[in-house]
Amino acid sequence: MTRPRLATVWLAGCSGCHMSLLNLHGGLLELLQECDLVYSPLADVKEYPDRVDIALVEGAVSNEENREMAWIIRRRTACVVSLGDCAVNGNVSALRNPMGRAATLGRVYGETAPEEAVPRLLPRTLPLHEVIGVDAFLPGCPPDPERIWWVLARLLRGQPADLPPEMVRFG
Amino acid sequence: MPRLTLTIDGHSVSARQGESILSAARRSGIDIPTLCNLEGLIPAGACRVCLVEVSGRPRPVPSCATSVEQDMVVTTDSERLAAARRMTVELLLAERNHSCAVCVMNRHCRLQDLAARFGIDHVRFSFISPLAGVDVSHERFGIDHNRCILCRRCVRVCDEIEGAHTWDVGGRGAASRIICDLAQPWGTSTTCTGCGKCVQACPTGALFEKDAPATKRAVDLQGLSEWRRNRK
Repeated sequence: MTRPRLATVWLAGCSGCHMSLLNLHGGLLELLQECDLVYSPLADVKEYPDRVDIALVEGAVSNEENREMAWIIRRRTACVVSLGDCAVNGNVSALRNPMGRAATLGRVYGETAPEEAVPRLLPRTLPLHEVIGVDAFLPGCPPDPERIWWVLARLLRGQPADLPPEMVRFG
Repeated sequence: MPRLTLTIDGHSVSARQGESILSAARRSGIDIPTLCNLEGLIPAGACRVCLVEVSGRPRPVPSCATSVEQDMVVTTDSERLAAARRMTVELLLAERNHSCAVCVMNRHCRLQDLAARFGIDHVRFSFISPLAGVDVSHERFGIDHNRCILCRRCVRVCDEIEGAHTWDVGGRGAASRIICDLAQPWGTSTTCTGCGKCVQACPTGALFEKDAPATKRAVDLQGLSEWRRNRK
């Protein structure tokens, strides 16, 4: 039997969800005995590979690069998980939405907003499920390590990962 | 006072005429989720979270604002109600900018609690993301409209308990806003007594104390309201 292929992705977020994943400490070693980590900001892999079984996606879709990446993830992944509040509902990454793109760029860059070399901001920051189909949701800012573990353990055994109500909480 | 008998979730329940379905259910130990309801205030039926089904009525009714009737048959828990309550809370979340992670009421918020209770792990509707505004012109308090759910607890507690009626609602539908006096900055209000009851009654982080934004307490509004009623 082939081992499940796990990817973790960092879109428009603060990396706090990945920090929470790292807080599994020794649990990470157990986890990596059950699957192969094929793509992650924690690993030096340049391109998102084919035939990924499970992808944990942190962060919202805020710019064109995020959106392109989301499409790639969806094409190459069996099970996509929204990891944390930014992926689930925009959260801090979406705080700019009421202001609009121009006002946001103005506030950050003044009159010198870069036109090239950095990804172009989308008009609105979007939750991941407004861009691609998402198979499971893990809210929290960040979701604590125990809940990440719970979801991963279920998915690695091929079980559905709908969180029980007591494990669902924004913030 | 005449007593009535009705059935709630298969249990026979006795109630006073004029009593709400919610109150009768709670007395018999049946837990109906609520959001805009606050003991001691006149029910507003504003949030639709306490919806129940009544036999013979085509649509669910708010249990806080519907009086009991003789031989009424009430259902407080069904798939249809769960779906309606869930959708209601999702729409509330989509209507303003509720970012729990950066809110003063994170982990003490009634809206956040309800979302968790209903198992809401994402919102199926697009966020409106309005530029809702914040008013911190008052010396001690602030109001962040981004976190307001228009439950009108503040309006009611200010009117019914404090007797000032500083707050009210302006506008229509999703564009409604809680307004101060004649839609003016809170700090310029001539009616506000600075009592802070609105802050305590607010179920989200919309109303807060500037110096101690995370220290909202659960006030005994029922006691306050009885005190006011019995005052000579």
